[in-house]
Amino acid sequence: MTRNAMIDEWYPVGLASQLDVHGRKTALMGEPIVVRRGEDGNAKVTGGNEHALPACIRYGHVWSSLGDPQKPLFAIPEADQPGRRLVDVGVVRVRCSPLRAVENFLDIAHFPFVHTDILGSEPHTEVQNYKVEIREDEDEVWATQVKFYQPQAAKSAEGGITTEYMYRVPAPTCSILYKTCPPRPGEWDVITLFVQPLAEDLCNVWPWMALFDDETPMTDLIHFQQTIFVQDRSILENQIPRLLPLDPGMEIPTRADLTSVAYRRWLKRHGYTYGAQLVAQ
Amino acid sequence: MKLYDYVLSPSCYKVRLMAALAGVKLSIRPVDFHPGAEHRGPELMTLNPAGSIPIIEDGDLVLTESSAMLVYLAATAAPQWLGNDTAMHAARVQQWISFSHRLTASLGAARLHEMLLRPGNIDVLQGQGTAALRELEAGLVEQSIRGQRFLALDRPTVADIACFPYVALAPDGGVSLDPYPAIRLWSRAIRAIEGFIEMPGIHRLHELKPEPVPEVGEA
Repeated sequence: MTRNAMIDEWYPVGLASQLDVHGRKTALMGEPIVVRRGEDGNAKVTGGNEHALPACIRYGHVWSSLGDPQKPLFAIPEADQPGRRLVDVGVVRVRCSPLRAVENFLDIAHFPFVHTDILGSEPHTEVQNYKVEIREDEDEVWATQVKFYQPQAAKSAEGGITTEYMYRVPAPTCSILYKTCPPRPGEWDVITLFVQPLAEDLCNVWPWMALFDDETPMTDLIHFQQTIFVQDRSILENQIPRLLPLDPGMEIPTRADLTSVAYRRWLKRHGYTYGAQLVAQ
Repeated sequence: MKLYDYVLSPSCYKVRLMAALAGVKLSIRPVDFHPGAEHRGPELMTLNPAGSIPIIEDGDLVLTESSAMLVYLAATAAPQWLGNDTAMHAARVQQWISFSHRLTASLGAARLHEMLLRPGNIDVLQGQGTAALRELEAGLVEQSIRGQRFLALDRPTVADIACFPYVALAPDGGVSLDPYPAIRLWSRAIRAIEGFIEMPGIHRLHELKPEPVPEVGEA
């Protein structure tokens, strides 16, 4: 088992809006857990033998950990900005490594081929140069100055625009995307991918968004994001090898994969290897 | 014509696809099926006590069964899709339309279980789905022996549209299509139809990989 370094991290385990007193059975890294609303109204998460696990509610979701989290859950300051619509997209289960789900989210080169006519289109397939760094102070992976031509970047976008992106990985199975906000230039829309590792090759994915968009009905916002994610799902379920390789040799990255390279390097440095493959086979 | 629609629902997609192929413009009313369970809410339960989507409203007409919607769309705007030119063809179309409910109940339920965590006995659902796929494969092989590429005739009909989505999305429910070459050829033939539209999980054919055109006169 290689879960030790990741055991003290926070993971999403359910939607806060769907908490009830009866509880919902799910799992975290192979351990069965139950997520319920306690008598005091707070989220209660229990492992085997009714053992209480850490729990908090943030960003529309219940978060828990099998270990002893050393830090509070990462901050998303934009999430508390007034005027944003907070969108619970809902769970989608994927038979893939939780790390592969995050890595796919960080990739832009697949947009024209998988999200055709929405997030990308041929022949606009070039990924322009962008900046990637592991920020030592925050201990996060960041990609900035990412630009891509998109036929319909968001539900609120009319026609094609060149969209600017920033990607951030604050935890091994969570990523936050900051994206040009068509109705409000100067602000960033926030689109997250929160991944609950069920097993090394199975995960629940909980996308969530905090958007400036007063026009689009909530259901349309949910469906837009579900469309994008389910387009990815069949690709994710067919990736080989199933676990994310952290050593060179199995896969050959290109310049467009700089974020993925940094993400893998950061995972390896921390020993975040639940869902990873260490020696190229 | 108003369609109560969920973008990830194969049954709703049947209706969108048939409308696109028949050239009928739908007015889409998105339903928060997941995670909101809006289809079980008072507004939609009043319209459809079965609590399912899709639902079509067209004037006084309310339809809650996707097969009826396909027939209505075809009869309205593209009657050649009904495939009822002879008694035998009409019966074959009805045979496969009725069969399509088994695909929904098996492969569709397996997909909801594996993707959106709906309850169900996954082994049983996958087993029933596999049995249905084998039957479909056999039917398509018989059609190819008759020199026909589609389920009921040598042209697509509402029967093909009724069966196609749950079959194409079988892998979403953990059922592989690898063992079924006739189904894969049929899937390509459907995706090559002029005016075809996709849904998440069902990709369009790439323009750089066109259907091979057989040379006339070759053995």
